[in-house]
Amino acid sequence: MRALHPGQPWPPTRTDRLFRMLIWSFAAGLLVLCALILWVLVSHSWPALQRFGPSFLWQTTWDPVAEQFGALPFIYGTLLTAAIALAVSVPLSLGAAIFLAELAPTWLRTPFSFVIELLAAIPSIIYGLWGLFVLVPLLKPVQAFLIEHCSWIPLFRGSPYGTGNLAAGLILAIMITPIITAISRDVILAVPRAIREAAYALGATRWETIRGPVLHYGRAGILGAVLLALGRALGETMAVTMVIGNSTKISASLFDPGYTMASLLANEFTEAVGETYVSVLLEIGLILFVLTIVVNALARLLLWKVTRDAGEAMKE
Amino acid sequence: MRQVRRRQWRSRLMLAGASLCALLCAVPVMAVLLYVTIKGIGSVNWDFFTQIQKPVGEAGGGMKHALVGSLIVVGGASLVGLPVGLAGGIYLAEFGEGRFAAAVRFAADTINGVPSIVAGLVIWPLVVVPMRSFSAIAGSLALAIIMIPLVMRTTEEMLRLVPRSQRDAALAVGATRARTTLSVVLPAAVGGVVTGTLLALARIAGETAPLLFTCLGNQWFSLRLDHPIATLPVQIYTYAIAPFDDWHRQAWAGALVLVSGTLLVNVLARVATRRRHDFTR
Repeated sequence: MRALHPGQPWPPTRTDRLFRMLIWSFAAGLLVLCALILWVLVSHSWPALQRFGPSFLWQTTWDPVAEQFGALPFIYGTLLTAAIALAVSVPLSLGAAIFLAELAPTWLRTPFSFVIELLAAIPSIIYGLWGLFVLVPLLKPVQAFLIEHCSWIPLFRGSPYGTGNLAAGLILAIMITPIITAISRDVILAVPRAIREAAYALGATRWETIRGPVLHYGRAGILGAVLLALGRALGETMAVTMVIGNSTKISASLFDPGYTMASLLANEFTEAVGETYVSVLLEIGLILFVLTIVVNALARLLLWKVTRDAGEAMKE
Repeated sequence: MRQVRRRQWRSRLMLAGASLCALLCAVPVMAVLLYVTIKGIGSVNWDFFTQIQKPVGEAGGGMKHALVGSLIVVGGASLVGLPVGLAGGIYLAEFGEGRFAAAVRFAADTINGVPSIVAGLVIWPLVVVPMRSFSAIAGSLALAIIMIPLVMRTTEEMLRLVPRSQRDAALAVGATRARTTLSVVLPAAVGGVVTGTLLALARIAGETAPLLFTCLGNQWFSLRLDHPIATLPVQIYTYAIAPFDDWHRQAWAGALVLVSGTLLVNVLARVATRRRHDFTR
Protein backbone atom coordinates (compact mmCIF):
# COMPACT_ATOMS: atom_id res chain seq x y z
CA MET A 1 0.00 0.00 0.00
CA ARG A 2 1.37 3.38 -0.99
CA ALA A 3 1.30 6.36 1.33
CA LEU A 4 -1.56 8.82 0.95
CA HIS A 5 -0.75 12.32 -0.11
CA PRO A 6 -2.88 15.33 -1.05
CA GLY A 7 -2.92 14.90 -4.83
CA GLN A 8 -3.92 11.24 -4.58
CA PRO A 9 -6.35 10.65 -1.75
CA TRP A 10 -6.94 7.04 -2.77
CA PRO A 11 -4.26 4.60 -3.87
CA PRO A 12 -4.94 3.77 -7.52
CA THR A 13 -6.55 0.37 -8.06
CA ARG A 14 -5.76 -1.94 -10.96
CA THR A 15 -8.72 -0.54 -12.94
CA ASP A 16 -7.41 2.94 -12.27
CA ARG A 17 -4.00 2.07 -13.60
CA LEU A 18 -5.50 0.43 -16.67
CA PHE A 19 -7.77 3.42 -17.27
CA ARG A 20 -4.96 5.86 -16.83
CA MET A 21 -2.69 3.90 -19.16
CA LEU A 22 -5.42 3.74 -21.78
CA ILE A 23 -6.09 7.47 -21.91
CA TRP A 24 -2.36 8.15 -21.55
CA SER A 25 -1.81 6.26 -24.78
CA PHE A 26 -4.28 8.50 -26.61
CA ALA A 27 -2.58 11.62 -25.28
CA ALA A 28 0.75 10.15 -26.32
CA GLY A 29 -0.80 9.54 -29.74
CA LEU A 30 -0.76 13.28 -30.27
CA LEU A 31 2.99 13.42 -29.68
CA VAL A 32 3.39 10.54 -32.13
CA LEU A 33 1.27 12.45 -34.64
CA CYS A 34 3.46 15.51 -34.25
CA ALA A 35 6.58 13.45 -34.82
CA LEU A 36 4.94 11.70 -37.77
CA ILE A 37 4.16 15.01 -39.49
CA LEU A 38 7.74 16.14 -39.12
CA TRP A 39 9.14 12.78 -40.22
CA VAL A 40 6.94 12.58 -43.33
CA LEU A 41 7.81 16.12 -44.37
CA VAL A 42 11.54 15.68 -43.83
CA SER A 43 11.89 12.18 -45.28
CA HIS A 44 9.89 12.95 -48.40
CA SER A 45 11.59 16.24 -49.09
CA TRP A 46 15.00 14.63 -48.51
CA PRO A 47 15.78 14.13 -52.23
CA ALA A 48 15.13 17.82 -52.86
CA LEU A 49 17.06 18.89 -49.78
CA GLN A 50 20.06 16.91 -50.97
CA ARG A 51 19.89 17.96 -54.58
CA PHE A 52 19.36 21.70 -54.17
CA GLY A 53 20.76 22.35 -50.70
CA PRO A 54 20.19 25.65 -48.95
CA SER A 55 20.39 27.62 -52.22
CA PHE A 56 16.82 26.40 -52.84
CA LEU A 57 15.77 29.22 -50.53
CA TRP A 58 17.12 32.02 -52.72
CA GLN A 59 16.86 30.59 -56.24
CA THR A 60 14.20 32.36 -58.27
CA THR A 61 13.65 30.03 -61.23
CA TRP A 62 10.61 27.76 -61.12
CA ASP A 63 10.60 25.48 -64.12
CA PRO A 64 9.22 21.99 -63.38
CA VAL A 65 9.85 20.84 -66.97
CA ALA A 66 13.58 21.61 -66.77
CA GLU A 67 13.59 20.46 -63.12
CA GLN A 68 14.87 23.85 -61.96
CA PHE A 69 13.37 24.83 -58.68
CA GLY A 70 13.76 27.86 -56.40
CA ALA A 71 11.54 28.78 -53.50
CA LEU A 72 12.20 32.51 -53.34
CA PRO A 73 9.15 33.68 -55.35
CA PHE A 74 6.86 31.80 -52.99
CA ILE A 75 8.62 32.81 -49.79
CA TYR A 76 8.54 36.39 -51.06
CA GLY A 77 4.85 36.18 -51.96
CA THR A 78 3.98 34.64 -48.61
CA LEU A 79 5.82 37.34 -46.68
CA LEU A 80 4.56 40.17 -48.90
CA THR A 81 0.88 39.24 -48.66
CA ALA A 82 1.18 38.70 -44.91
CA ALA A 83 2.88 42.11 -44.58
CA ILE A 84 0.09 43.81 -46.54
CA ALA A 85 -2.46 42.05 -44.36
CA LEU A 86 -0.77 43.17 -41.14
CA ALA A 87 -0.29 46.74 -42.38
CA VAL A 88 -4.00 47.04 -43.09
CA SER A 89 -5.34 44.98 -40.24
CA VAL A 90 -3.23 45.95 -37.21
CA PRO A 91 -4.26 49.63 -36.95
CA LEU A 92 -7.89 48.84 -37.68
CA SER A 93 -8.09 45.93 -35.24
CA LEU A 94 -6.30 47.87 -32.52
CA GLY A 95 -8.76 50.71 -32.97
CA ALA A 96 -11.64 48.28 -32.83
CA ALA A 97 -10.18 46.61 -29.73
CA ILE A 98 -9.83 49.99 -28.00
CA PHE A 99 -13.41 50.78 -28.92
CA LEU A 100 -14.67 47.45 -27.56
CA ALA A 101 -12.66 47.58 -24.36
CA GLU A 102 -12.83 51.26 -23.47
CA LEU A 103 -15.67 53.00 -25.25
CA ALA A 104 -18.47 50.65 -26.20
CA PRO A 105 -21.50 50.67 -23.94
CA THR A 106 -22.18 47.24 -22.42
CA TRP A 107 -25.28 46.60 -24.52
CA LEU A 108 -23.13 46.98 -27.65
CA ARG A 109 -20.01 45.27 -26.38
CA THR A 110 -21.46 41.78 -25.97
CA PRO A 111 -23.13 41.43 -29.38
CA PHE A 112 -20.19 43.08 -31.15
CA SER A 113 -17.70 40.75 -29.49
CA PHE A 114 -19.99 37.83 -30.25
CA VAL A 115 -20.07 38.70 -33.95
CA ILE A 116 -16.30 39.16 -34.08
CA GLU A 117 -15.75 35.73 -32.59
CA LEU A 118 -18.18 34.20 -35.07
CA LEU A 119 -16.22 35.64 -37.95
CA ALA A 120 -13.21 33.56 -37.15
CA ALA A 121 -15.43 30.52 -37.76
CA ILE A 122 -16.33 31.34 -41.38
CA PRO A 123 -14.50 28.87 -43.68
CA SER A 124 -11.74 30.36 -45.79
CA ILE A 125 -13.30 29.13 -49.04
CA ILE A 126 -16.15 31.60 -48.39
CA TYR A 127 -13.72 34.52 -48.13
CA GLY A 128 -12.05 33.28 -51.31
CA LEU A 129 -15.32 33.15 -53.18
CA TRP A 130 -16.20 36.65 -52.05
CA GLY A 131 -12.73 37.92 -52.89
CA LEU A 132 -12.84 36.44 -56.39
CA PHE A 133 -16.29 37.71 -57.36
CA VAL A 134 -16.64 40.91 -55.33
CA LEU A 135 -13.30 42.29 -54.15
CA VAL A 136 -11.34 41.69 -57.37
CA PRO A 137 -13.81 43.49 -59.68
CA LEU A 138 -13.95 46.28 -57.09
CA LEU A 139 -10.16 46.67 -57.09
CA LYS A 140 -9.82 46.96 -60.88
CA PRO A 141 -10.93 50.61 -61.27
CA VAL A 142 -9.00 51.63 -58.14
CA GLN A 143 -5.84 50.05 -59.53
CA ALA A 144 -6.37 51.63 -62.95
CA PHE A 145 -6.64 55.03 -61.27
CA LEU A 146 -3.52 54.53 -59.17
CA ILE A 147 -1.50 53.22 -62.12
CA GLU A 148 -2.46 56.27 -64.16
CA HIS A 149 -1.68 58.85 -61.50
CA CYS A 150 0.85 57.37 -59.11
CA SER A 151 2.96 55.04 -61.24
CA TRP A 152 6.12 56.90 -60.16
CA ILE A 153 5.85 54.80 -56.98
CA PRO A 154 7.05 51.28 -57.86
CA LEU A 155 4.31 49.81 -55.66
CA PHE A 156 1.66 51.03 -58.06
CA ARG A 157 2.95 49.77 -61.38
CA GLY A 158 1.66 46.96 -63.57
CA SER A 159 -1.72 46.19 -65.00
CA PRO A 160 -5.10 46.54 -63.31
CA TYR A 161 -6.00 42.82 -63.27
CA GLY A 162 -7.68 43.03 -59.90
CA THR A 163 -6.12 39.72 -58.87
CA GLY A 164 -2.64 39.88 -57.36
CA ASN A 165 -0.68 40.58 -54.20
CA LEU A 166 -2.95 43.41 -53.09
CA ALA A 167 -6.17 41.40 -53.40
CA ALA A 168 -4.58 38.52 -51.49
CA GLY A 169 -3.28 40.86 -48.77
CA LEU A 170 -6.66 42.53 -48.36
CA ILE A 171 -8.54 39.23 -48.10
CA LEU A 172 -6.02 38.08 -45.50
CA ALA A 173 -6.49 41.36 -43.63
CA ILE A 174 -10.24 40.72 -43.44
CA MET A 175 -9.60 37.19 -42.21
CA ILE A 176 -7.10 38.05 -39.46
CA THR A 177 -8.87 41.16 -38.14
CA PRO A 178 -11.18 39.19 -35.82
CA ILE A 179 -8.18 37.38 -34.29
CA ILE A 180 -6.23 40.54 -33.45
CA THR A 181 -9.35 42.40 -32.31
CA ALA A 182 -10.60 39.68 -29.98
CA ILE A 183 -7.27 38.99 -28.27
CA SER A 184 -6.23 42.66 -28.01
CA ARG A 185 -9.59 43.48 -26.48
CA ASP A 186 -8.99 40.88 -23.78
CA VAL A 187 -5.47 42.19 -23.24
CA ILE A 188 -6.68 45.79 -22.86
CA LEU A 189 -9.49 44.73 -20.54
CA ALA A 190 -6.92 42.94 -18.37
CA VAL A 191 -4.91 46.12 -17.72
CA PRO A 192 -5.33 46.91 -14.00
CA ARG A 193 -7.56 49.83 -13.10
CA ALA A 194 -4.84 51.35 -10.94
CA ILE A 195 -2.70 52.01 -14.02
CA ARG A 196 -5.48 54.00 -15.68
CA GLU A 197 -6.25 55.91 -12.52
CA ALA A 198 -2.60 56.80 -12.01
CA ALA A 199 -2.52 58.31 -15.50
CA TYR A 200 -5.78 60.21 -14.97
CA ALA A 201 -4.44 61.53 -11.66
CA LEU A 202 -1.45 62.96 -13.52
CA GLY A 203 -3.85 64.83 -15.77
CA ALA A 204 -3.71 62.63 -18.83
CA THR A 205 -6.68 62.67 -21.16
CA ARG A 206 -8.53 59.48 -21.99
CA TRP A 207 -6.62 58.97 -25.24
CA GLU A 208 -3.26 59.74 -23.64
CA THR A 209 -4.02 57.15 -20.97
CA ILE A 210 -4.81 54.50 -23.57
CA ARG A 211 -1.95 55.31 -25.89
CA GLY A 212 0.63 55.54 -23.14
CA PRO A 213 0.23 53.32 -20.08
CA VAL A 214 -2.59 51.02 -21.24
CA LEU A 215 -1.07 49.97 -24.57
CA HIS A 216 2.38 49.90 -23.00
CA TYR A 217 1.19 47.57 -20.25
CA GLY A 218 -0.49 45.31 -22.81
CA ARG A 219 2.25 45.43 -25.45
CA ALA A 220 3.38 41.82 -25.02
CA GLY A 221 -0.15 40.51 -25.33
CA ILE A 222 -0.91 42.65 -28.35
CA LEU A 223 2.30 41.53 -30.03
CA GLY A 224 1.26 37.96 -29.28
CA ALA A 225 -2.10 38.59 -30.96
CA VAL A 226 -0.38 40.04 -34.02
CA LEU A 227 1.99 37.08 -34.26
CA LEU A 228 -0.88 34.62 -33.95
CA ALA A 229 -2.62 36.43 -36.80
CA LEU A 230 0.62 36.41 -38.78
CA GLY A 231 0.84 32.65 -38.37
CA ARG A 232 -2.66 32.34 -39.74
CA ALA A 233 -1.91 34.68 -42.66
CA LEU A 234 1.28 32.82 -43.64
CA GLY A 235 -0.52 29.50 -43.94
CA GLU A 236 -3.87 30.59 -45.33
CA THR A 237 -4.48 28.64 -48.51
CA MET A 238 -7.82 28.77 -50.25
CA ALA A 239 -8.73 32.45 -50.06
CA VAL A 240 -5.25 33.44 -51.26
CA THR A 241 -5.12 30.84 -54.01
CA MET A 242 -8.32 32.19 -55.50
CA VAL A 243 -7.24 35.83 -55.77
CA ILE A 244 -3.44 36.02 -56.01
CA GLY A 245 -3.16 35.34 -59.72
CA ASN A 246 -0.45 32.66 -59.60
CA SER A 247 2.72 34.05 -61.10
CA THR A 248 6.21 32.86 -60.23
CA LYS A 249 7.76 36.25 -61.06
CA ILE A 250 8.96 38.36 -58.16
CA SER A 251 7.58 41.86 -58.44
CA ALA A 252 7.65 44.88 -56.16
CA SER A 253 4.27 46.03 -57.44
CA LEU A 254 1.22 45.45 -55.28
CA PHE A 255 -0.89 44.91 -58.37
CA ASP A 256 1.13 42.19 -60.04
CA PRO A 257 0.09 38.59 -59.64
CA GLY A 258 2.19 36.54 -57.21
CA TYR A 259 2.26 33.19 -55.50
CA THR A 260 2.45 31.99 -51.91
CA MET A 261 3.85 28.71 -50.61
CA ALA A 262 0.41 27.47 -49.58
CA SER A 263 -1.24 28.40 -52.87
CA LEU A 264 1.59 26.74 -54.82
CA LEU A 265 0.86 23.50 -52.98
CA ALA A 266 -2.87 23.85 -53.57
CA ASN A 267 -2.38 24.42 -57.29
CA GLU A 268 0.47 22.15 -58.28
CA PHE A 269 0.56 19.21 -55.90
CA THR A 270 -2.04 17.06 -57.67
CA GLU A 271 -0.34 17.70 -61.00
CA ALA A 272 3.22 17.08 -59.86
CA VAL A 273 4.93 14.25 -61.72
CA GLY A 274 8.32 12.78 -60.97
CA GLU A 275 10.08 12.24 -57.68
CA THR A 276 12.00 15.52 -57.72
CA TYR A 277 8.95 17.68 -58.36
CA VAL A 278 6.91 16.04 -55.58
CA SER A 279 9.84 16.18 -53.21
CA VAL A 280 10.40 19.88 -53.95
CA LEU A 281 6.75 20.61 -53.18
CA LEU A 282 7.05 18.71 -49.90
CA GLU A 283 10.12 20.79 -49.08
CA ILE A 284 8.02 23.91 -49.64
CA GLY A 285 5.51 22.37 -47.21
CA LEU A 286 8.33 21.78 -44.74
CA ILE A 287 9.46 25.41 -44.96
CA LEU A 288 5.88 26.56 -44.40
CA PHE A 289 5.52 24.16 -41.46
CA VAL A 290 8.70 25.35 -39.76
CA LEU A 291 7.90 29.03 -40.39
CA THR A 292 4.39 28.83 -38.92
CA ILE A 293 5.57 26.78 -35.94
CA VAL A 294 8.21 29.36 -35.05
CA VAL A 295 5.74 32.26 -35.37
CA ASN A 296 3.07 30.42 -33.39
CA ALA A 297 5.45 29.35 -30.65
CA LEU A 298 6.57 32.96 -30.20
CA ALA A 299 2.95 34.11 -30.08
CA ARG A 300 1.99 31.48 -27.51
CA LEU A 301 5.02 32.29 -25.40
CA LEU A 302 4.06 35.97 -25.29
CA LEU A 303 0.39 35.28 -24.59
CA TRP A 304 1.24 32.66 -21.96
CA LYS A 305 3.44 35.16 -20.14
CA VAL A 306 0.62 37.70 -20.23
CA THR A 307 -1.93 35.34 -18.68
CA ARG A 308 0.62 34.24 -16.08
CA ASP A 309 1.42 37.84 -15.14
CA ALA A 310 -2.27 38.69 -15.01
CA GLY A 311 -2.83 35.73 -12.67
CA GLU A 312 -0.02 36.87 -10.40
CA ALA A 313 -1.26 40.46 -10.41
CA MET A 314 -4.67 39.22 -9.28
CA LYS A 315 -3.15 37.27 -6.41
CA GLU A 316 -1.43 40.42 -5.20
CA MET B 1 -5.72 76.34 -20.68
CA ARG B 2 -5.69 76.37 -24.43
CA GLN B 3 -3.28 73.47 -24.45
CA VAL B 4 -5.53 71.42 -22.20
CA ARG B 5 -8.45 72.08 -24.46
CA ARG B 6 -6.39 71.03 -27.46
CA ARG B 7 -5.38 67.80 -25.77
CA GLN B 8 -8.97 67.06 -24.93
CA TRP B 9 -10.04 67.60 -28.51
CA ARG B 10 -7.22 65.39 -29.64
CA SER B 11 -8.43 62.70 -27.23
CA ARG B 12 -11.97 62.94 -28.57
CA LEU B 13 -10.72 62.81 -32.14
CA MET B 14 -8.60 59.73 -31.59
CA LEU B 15 -11.36 57.91 -29.73
CA ALA B 16 -13.76 58.73 -32.53
CA GLY B 17 -11.14 57.28 -34.85
CA ALA B 18 -11.10 54.07 -32.80
CA SER B 19 -14.87 53.82 -33.09
CA LEU B 20 -14.57 54.33 -36.82
CA CYS B 21 -12.07 51.46 -36.94
CA ALA B 22 -14.58 49.20 -35.24
CA LEU B 23 -17.13 50.19 -37.85
CA LEU B 24 -14.65 49.62 -40.69
CA CYS B 25 -13.84 46.16 -39.34
CA ALA B 26 -17.51 45.27 -39.39
CA VAL B 27 -18.10 46.42 -42.98
CA PRO B 28 -16.26 43.74 -45.02
CA VAL B 29 -17.66 41.02 -42.82
CA MET B 30 -21.19 42.19 -43.26
CA ALA B 31 -20.48 42.49 -46.96
CA VAL B 32 -19.31 38.87 -47.13
CA LEU B 33 -22.35 37.52 -45.30
CA LEU B 34 -24.75 39.75 -47.22
CA TYR B 35 -23.30 38.79 -50.59
CA VAL B 36 -23.35 35.08 -49.85
CA THR B 37 -26.97 35.35 -48.78
CA ILE B 38 -28.14 37.45 -51.72
CA LYS B 39 -26.24 35.53 -54.38
CA GLY B 40 -26.91 32.13 -52.90
CA ILE B 41 -30.53 32.30 -51.82
CA GLY B 42 -31.92 32.10 -55.36
CA SER B 43 -30.11 28.87 -56.12
CA VAL B 44 -30.73 26.95 -52.93
CA ASN B 45 -33.72 24.90 -53.99
CA TRP B 46 -34.93 21.32 -53.98
CA ASP B 47 -32.66 20.41 -56.92
CA PHE B 48 -29.63 21.64 -55.01
CA PHE B 49 -30.13 18.94 -52.39
CA THR B 50 -31.38 16.12 -54.63
CA GLN B 51 -29.44 16.38 -57.91
CA ILE B 52 -25.81 15.82 -58.77
CA GLN B 53 -23.55 17.85 -61.04
CA LYS B 54 -24.84 18.26 -64.60
CA PRO B 55 -22.42 18.19 -67.56
CA VAL B 56 -21.04 21.54 -68.70
CA GLY B 57 -23.56 23.50 -70.72
CA GLU B 58 -26.58 21.86 -69.19
CA ALA B 59 -28.27 24.19 -66.71
CA GLY B 60 -29.38 23.02 -63.29
CA GLY B 61 -28.08 20.19 -61.22
CA GLY B 62 -27.19 20.22 -57.56
CA MET B 63 -24.71 19.25 -54.93
CA LYS B 64 -26.24 16.12 -53.43
CA HIS B 65 -23.03 14.20 -54.12
CA ALA B 66 -20.94 16.85 -52.37
CA LEU B 67 -23.25 17.12 -49.35
CA VAL B 68 -23.30 13.36 -48.85
CA GLY B 69 -19.56 13.24 -49.48
CA SER B 70 -18.93 15.87 -46.81
CA LEU B 71 -21.04 13.88 -44.34
CA ILE B 72 -19.06 10.72 -45.08
CA VAL B 73 -15.65 12.37 -44.86
CA VAL B 74 -16.46 14.35 -41.71
CA GLY B 75 -18.09 11.25 -40.20
CA GLY B 76 -14.97 9.24 -40.91
CA ALA B 77 -12.80 11.95 -39.40
CA SER B 78 -14.84 11.90 -36.19
CA LEU B 79 -14.57 8.11 -35.93
CA VAL B 80 -10.82 8.58 -35.57
CA GLY B 81 -10.67 12.06 -34.13
CA LEU B 82 -13.32 11.89 -31.41
CA PRO B 83 -12.00 8.96 -29.35
CA VAL B 84 -8.41 10.17 -29.50
CA GLY B 85 -9.36 13.78 -28.81
CA LEU B 86 -11.74 12.98 -25.96
CA ALA B 87 -9.48 10.47 -24.25
CA GLY B 88 -6.47 12.75 -24.61
CA GLY B 89 -8.48 15.67 -23.23
CA ILE B 90 -9.59 13.61 -20.23
CA TYR B 91 -5.97 12.67 -19.57
CA LEU B 92 -4.83 16.30 -19.72
CA ALA B 93 -7.60 17.48 -17.40
CA GLU B 94 -7.48 14.69 -14.81
CA PHE B 95 -3.85 13.58 -14.80
CA GLY B 96 -2.29 16.45 -16.66
CA GLU B 97 0.46 17.59 -14.36
CA GLY B 98 4.10 17.29 -15.19
CA ARG B 99 6.29 17.41 -18.24
CA PHE B 100 4.56 14.82 -20.39
CA ALA B 101 1.23 16.65 -20.25
CA ALA B 102 2.94 19.97 -20.92
CA ALA B 103 4.55 18.44 -24.00
CA VAL B 104 1.18 17.11 -25.20
CA ARG B 105 -0.41 20.52 -24.70
CA PHE B 106 2.40 22.18 -26.59
CA ALA B 107 2.10 19.64 -29.41
CA ALA B 108 -1.66 20.20 -29.59
CA ASP B 109 -1.25 23.97 -29.82
CA THR B 110 1.49 23.52 -32.40
CA ILE B 111 -0.63 21.32 -34.67
CA ASN B 112 -3.51 23.77 -34.20
CA GLY B 113 -1.36 26.53 -35.64
CA VAL B 114 -0.03 24.54 -38.60
CA PRO B 115 -1.64 25.46 -41.94
CA SER B 116 -4.36 22.95 -42.73
CA ILE B 117 -2.91 22.17 -46.14
CA VAL B 118 0.02 20.47 -44.38
CA ALA B 119 -2.42 17.82 -43.09
CA GLY B 120 -3.18 16.88 -46.70
CA LEU B 121 0.51 16.95 -47.52
CA VAL B 122 1.26 14.42 -44.76
CA ILE B 123 -1.61 12.07 -45.61
CA TRP B 124 -0.74 11.97 -49.31
CA PRO B 125 2.45 9.86 -49.06
CA LEU B 126 1.04 7.83 -46.14
CA VAL B 127 -2.37 6.90 -47.56
CA VAL B 128 -2.92 8.10 -51.11
CA VAL B 129 0.32 6.74 -52.57
CA PRO B 130 0.08 3.21 -51.04
CA MET B 131 -3.61 2.96 -52.03
CA ARG B 132 -2.80 4.24 -55.52
CA SER B 133 -5.94 6.37 -55.43
CA PHE B 134 -7.35 9.49 -53.88
CA SER B 135 -9.99 8.39 -51.42
CA ALA B 136 -12.59 9.36 -48.85
CA ILE B 137 -10.50 7.61 -46.19
CA ALA B 138 -7.50 9.79 -46.94
CA GLY B 139 -9.68 12.88 -46.61
CA SER B 140 -11.07 11.68 -43.30
CA LEU B 141 -7.60 11.06 -41.91
CA ALA B 142 -6.40 14.51 -43.01
CA LEU B 143 -9.37 16.12 -41.27
CA ALA B 144 -8.76 13.94 -38.19
CA ILE B 145 -5.27 15.46 -37.88
CA ILE B 146 -6.92 18.88 -37.61
CA MET B 147 -9.70 17.66 -35.34
CA ILE B 148 -7.73 15.78 -32.67
CA PRO B 149 -5.89 18.73 -31.07
CA LEU B 150 -9.04 20.89 -31.23
CA VAL B 151 -11.18 18.34 -29.41
CA MET B 152 -8.40 17.53 -26.96
CA ARG B 153 -7.95 21.12 -25.83
CA THR B 154 -11.68 21.97 -25.55
CA THR B 155 -12.39 18.74 -23.67
CA GLU B 156 -9.61 19.56 -21.23
CA GLU B 157 -10.92 23.09 -20.77
CA MET B 158 -14.47 21.93 -20.15
CA LEU B 159 -13.47 19.22 -17.66
CA ARG B 160 -11.38 21.74 -15.75
CA LEU B 161 -14.53 23.81 -15.16
CA VAL B 162 -15.91 21.01 -12.99
CA PRO B 163 -15.19 22.00 -9.38
CA ARG B 164 -12.56 20.03 -7.52
CA SER B 165 -14.97 19.41 -4.68
CA GLN B 166 -17.01 17.08 -6.88
CA ARG B 167 -13.98 14.91 -7.56
CA ASP B 168 -13.03 14.92 -3.88
CA ALA B 169 -16.58 13.97 -2.89
CA ALA B 170 -16.58 11.01 -5.28
CA LEU B 171 -13.17 9.82 -4.08
CA ALA B 172 -14.25 10.29 -0.46
CA VAL B 173 -17.14 7.86 -0.80
CA GLY B 174 -14.73 5.31 -2.19
CA ALA B 175 -15.07 5.63 -5.96
CA THR B 176 -11.99 4.73 -7.98
CA ARG B 177 -10.39 7.47 -10.04
CA ALA B 178 -11.68 5.90 -13.25
CA ARG B 179 -15.20 5.77 -11.81
CA THR B 180 -14.90 9.36 -10.62
CA THR B 181 -13.82 10.57 -14.03
CA LEU B 182 -16.36 8.63 -16.04
CA SER B 183 -19.41 8.87 -13.77
CA VAL B 184 -18.97 12.21 -12.01
CA VAL B 185 -16.65 14.58 -13.86
CA LEU B 186 -17.61 13.67 -17.43
CA PRO B 187 -21.41 13.88 -16.91
CA ALA B 188 -20.98 17.23 -15.17
CA ALA B 189 -19.10 18.63 -18.16
CA VAL B 190 -20.94 16.81 -20.92
CA GLY B 191 -22.69 19.93 -22.26
CA GLY B 192 -19.44 21.76 -22.74
CA VAL B 193 -17.69 18.75 -24.23
CA VAL B 194 -20.49 18.19 -26.75
CA THR B 195 -20.51 21.82 -27.84
CA GLY B 196 -16.73 21.81 -28.13
CA THR B 197 -16.98 18.74 -30.32
CA LEU B 198 -19.68 20.33 -32.46
CA LEU B 199 -17.48 23.39 -32.95
CA ALA B 200 -14.62 21.15 -34.07
CA LEU B 201 -16.95 19.38 -36.51
CA ALA B 202 -18.14 22.71 -37.91
CA ARG B 203 -14.54 23.74 -38.35
CA ILE B 204 -13.41 20.65 -40.26
CA ALA B 205 -16.59 20.56 -42.36
CA GLY B 206 -15.49 23.88 -43.86
CA GLU B 207 -11.89 22.85 -44.56
CA THR B 208 -10.93 22.77 -48.23
CA ALA B 209 -7.15 22.73 -48.47
CA PRO B 210 -6.45 19.36 -46.80
CA LEU B 211 -9.01 17.66 -49.06
CA LEU B 212 -7.57 18.90 -52.37
CA PHE B 213 -5.09 16.06 -52.68
CA THR B 214 -6.68 13.48 -50.41
CA CYS B 215 -10.35 13.31 -51.49
CA LEU B 216 -9.67 15.14 -54.75
CA GLY B 217 -13.35 15.51 -55.72
CA ASN B 218 -15.77 13.61 -57.90
CA GLN B 219 -18.53 14.72 -60.21
CA TRP B 220 -20.56 11.58 -59.56
CA PHE B 221 -22.41 10.36 -56.53
CA SER B 222 -20.16 7.98 -54.60
CA LEU B 223 -20.41 6.16 -51.30
CA ARG B 224 -17.16 4.24 -51.65
CA LEU B 225 -14.53 4.96 -49.07
CA ASP B 226 -11.61 3.94 -51.28
CA HIS B 227 -12.54 6.20 -54.19
CA PRO B 228 -12.29 9.93 -54.77
CA ILE B 229 -15.31 11.68 -53.30
CA ALA B 230 -16.86 15.13 -53.69
CA THR B 231 -17.11 17.39 -50.64
CA LEU B 232 -18.98 20.66 -50.26
CA PRO B 233 -15.97 23.01 -49.83
CA VAL B 234 -13.95 21.46 -52.65
CA GLN B 235 -17.01 21.49 -54.92
CA ILE B 236 -17.49 25.21 -54.18
CA TYR B 237 -13.84 25.77 -55.12
CA THR B 238 -14.14 23.75 -58.34
CA TYR B 239 -17.27 25.63 -59.38
CA ALA B 240 -15.85 29.04 -58.42
CA ILE B 241 -12.69 28.81 -60.52
CA ALA B 242 -14.48 27.35 -63.55
CA PRO B 243 -15.49 29.81 -66.28
CA PHE B 244 -19.22 28.98 -66.34
CA ASP B 245 -21.88 31.31 -64.95
CA ASP B 246 -24.18 28.48 -64.00
CA TRP B 247 -21.41 26.90 -61.94
CA HIS B 248 -20.74 30.21 -60.19
CA ARG B 249 -24.41 30.31 -59.23
CA GLN B 250 -24.04 26.84 -57.72
CA ALA B 251 -20.87 27.90 -55.89
CA TRP B 252 -22.74 30.73 -54.17
CA ALA B 253 -25.56 28.37 -53.24
CA GLY B 254 -23.05 25.92 -51.77
CA ALA B 255 -21.38 28.77 -49.91
CA LEU B 256 -24.70 29.83 -48.41
CA VAL B 257 -25.41 26.31 -47.19
CA LEU B 258 -21.91 25.97 -45.76
CA VAL B 259 -21.95 29.36 -44.01
CA SER B 260 -25.43 28.85 -42.57
CA GLY B 261 -24.46 25.45 -41.19
CA THR B 262 -21.19 26.69 -39.69
CA LEU B 263 -22.68 29.82 -38.15
CA LEU B 264 -25.73 27.97 -36.81
CA VAL B 265 -23.54 25.47 -34.97
CA ASN B 266 -21.33 28.27 -33.66
CA VAL B 267 -24.20 30.42 -32.40
CA LEU B 268 -25.90 27.47 -30.71
CA ALA B 269 -22.65 26.29 -29.17
CA ARG B 270 -21.77 29.69 -27.80
CA VAL B 271 -25.21 30.28 -26.34
CA ALA B 272 -25.12 26.82 -24.78
CA THR B 273 -21.63 27.14 -23.27
CA ARG B 274 -22.42 30.57 -21.88
CA ARG B 275 -25.27 29.11 -19.88
CA ARG B 276 -23.00 26.26 -18.87
CA HIS B 277 -20.30 28.59 -17.59
CA ASP B 278 -22.73 30.48 -15.40
CA PHE B 279 -24.03 27.24 -14.00
CA THR B 280 -20.64 25.89 -12.97
CA ARG B 281 -19.61 29.16 -11.46
